[in-house]
Amino acid sequence: MPEAVVRSRRRPARQANLFLWLGAGLLTAFVVLAVLGEQIAPYDPTAQDLFAMLEGPTAVHLLGTDNVGRDILSRIIVGTRFTLSIALASVFFAGIGGIALGSVAGYFGGMTDRIVTGIIDLLLTVPNIVLAIAIASVAGSSATGLTIAITASFIPPLARLVRGRVIELREEDFIAAAVTVGMGHGRILLRHILPNAATVIVIELSLNAGQAVLIGSALGFLGLGVQPPAPEWGTMLGASREYLIVAPHLVIAPGIAISLLVLAFNAFGDGLRDVFDPASRN
Amino acid sequence: MTPLLSIEGLTVELSTGDHSFEAVSDITLAVARNEVLALVGESGSGKSMTALAIMRLLPEPVADIVAGTIMFDGIDLASAGEVTLRGIRGNRIGLIFQEPMTSLNPSIRVGPQVAEVLRLHKGLDAASARRRVEELFEQVRIPDPKRRYDDYPHQMSGGMRQRVVIALALACDPDVLIADEPTTALDVTTQAQILETFRDLQASVEAATILITHDLAVVAETADRIAVMYAGRIVEETTTEQLFVSPRHPYTHGLLGSIPHIAEAEEETRTRDRLPEIAGTVPALWALPPGCAFEPRCPRASKRCVGERPPLAELAPGHTTACWHPVETAG
Repeated sequence: MPEAVVRSRRRPARQANLFLWLGAGLLTAFVVLAVLGEQIAPYDPTAQDLFAMLEGPTAVHLLGTDNVGRDILSRIIVGTRFTLSIALASVFFAGIGGIALGSVAGYFGGMTDRIVTGIIDLLLTVPNIVLAIAIASVAGSSATGLTIAITASFIPPLARLVRGRVIELREEDFIAAAVTVGMGHGRILLRHILPNAATVIVIELSLNAGQAVLIGSALGFLGLGVQPPAPEWGTMLGASREYLIVAPHLVIAPGIAISLLVLAFNAFGDGLRDVFDPASRN
Repeated sequence: MTPLLSIEGLTVELSTGDHSFEAVSDITLAVARNEVLALVGESGSGKSMTALAIMRLLPEPVADIVAGTIMFDGIDLASAGEVTLRGIRGNRIGLIFQEPMTSLNPSIRVGPQVAEVLRLHKGLDAASARRRVEELFEQVRIPDPKRRYDDYPHQMSGGMRQRVVIALALACDPDVLIADEPTTALDVTTQAQILETFRDLQASVEAATILITHDLAVVAETADRIAVMYAGRIVEETTTEQLFVSPRHPYTHGLLGSIPHIAEAEEETRTRDRLPEIAGTVPALWALPPGCAFEPRCPRASKRCVGERPPLAELAPGHTTACWHPVETAG
């Protein structure tokens, strides 16, 4: 498993664009890989070649072959789709769930808030990955199961963040002004509060996407994710464990792919934060 | 004139952790169409609470209306339901906020922000709402309204933003306009311009206006009648002219005495006299004396003032004062 890419809290504004563009560039590249997949992969990712097993990088197989002679480069390229779609889907659904719960709790307060916060606090006591493992084992070992597991582990912290921001915004004068001109709760929440919370939410979600890649790969590695022979990166890592000594390139290639994607999301999220956060501007 | 908005015996109770007290007690007021009534008083006198109570924007349950009625066009706002209130707020009663810097949504352009209210209450389509907003911006004297329509609040100065806030309050041609310290947050020159705009507009929309301020200079030029509040109660109410010429309540008398006069300024500089002030401070609302709340600071106080609260009495036609020992008329 690669180490989580550590994200730093503050970076000078001059570097912000660098990070944003680095992240955006890498992400675009990954999206292209995910969309084109088989079309640009040099080989069929599941085609076995028993005469070329565990080969190191060669001119024919740029990243070598695995234990049954499948082309690793092709598997990495096609596998992008799994990892990326799991990350984006879970972030999308976590976004909906977290924003809905957090904004309702924060805006209405009182009993609603106490109930939602109670549940969130309870869920927050379970570590992300453990919660995801528990849900994945119930929901089944598939891309859908992974997505559900990751989504569920992201909702509580996101709901918390949104709730805090909504409570802060609820006290603003312009919200009192919106009440003064006769607006209802729905309009105030959707049009006047959430757009002002968008920055925080977008940044958090892009950082979450990086985490989603890590959790997804970890579950794949543990055998709880996408099942072989599908070329999912974490699953590939798990399967190549046994060959670590004889063929280290089997581990290195998916490892680097995972790190790069996580780095892309984190750089993008950090870049966004620096662009939006007035405190880090000069 | 029949009043458009009449408040009867309004009492607002505030409960904080330690104390429970009346921030507004037993207030009776009436405003007619085309009339400007000023509510004057120090901080904590209950004037802003009165405004919030009319709009039913009190931070319940911390503050709540415990007695009284607020009649507006046959509806008692004090007991009206949320849906009724939503149809009235911004539509038939407009409120101008004190803080132009924070009372506009920073993430929405100013034009659409005003247009939203028109679309909400008047059901205008996007194009006619835009036309109406540009008209309103013109009326509140925002230069180049067509271009300013697409500005974000942070691109405008405080004075410009306050004009937008006024446009917002006037957008639906309200019957009642409440202005809560509309110029306090602005610098003096901007204040004068905003007040002038406000006066012109107030006259053209023919609304019944309640102007809340602690600034007597603002009142003198704008209001028709003045109600002076002290410690949650109205202590004196009369026409602006009457109040400035012959204030009867010792508190009003003291307030007027503490305004510097240009004519006397030279004299004062020469003699190095201090500007007269009212001795003491406003008593804590949870520890009001049983008698007149002004008694501890009053130069005319007697034994009676300590034990018995003076009722509002009509000392002259249209001039009510709550005092046992009113100041004698000047002329």
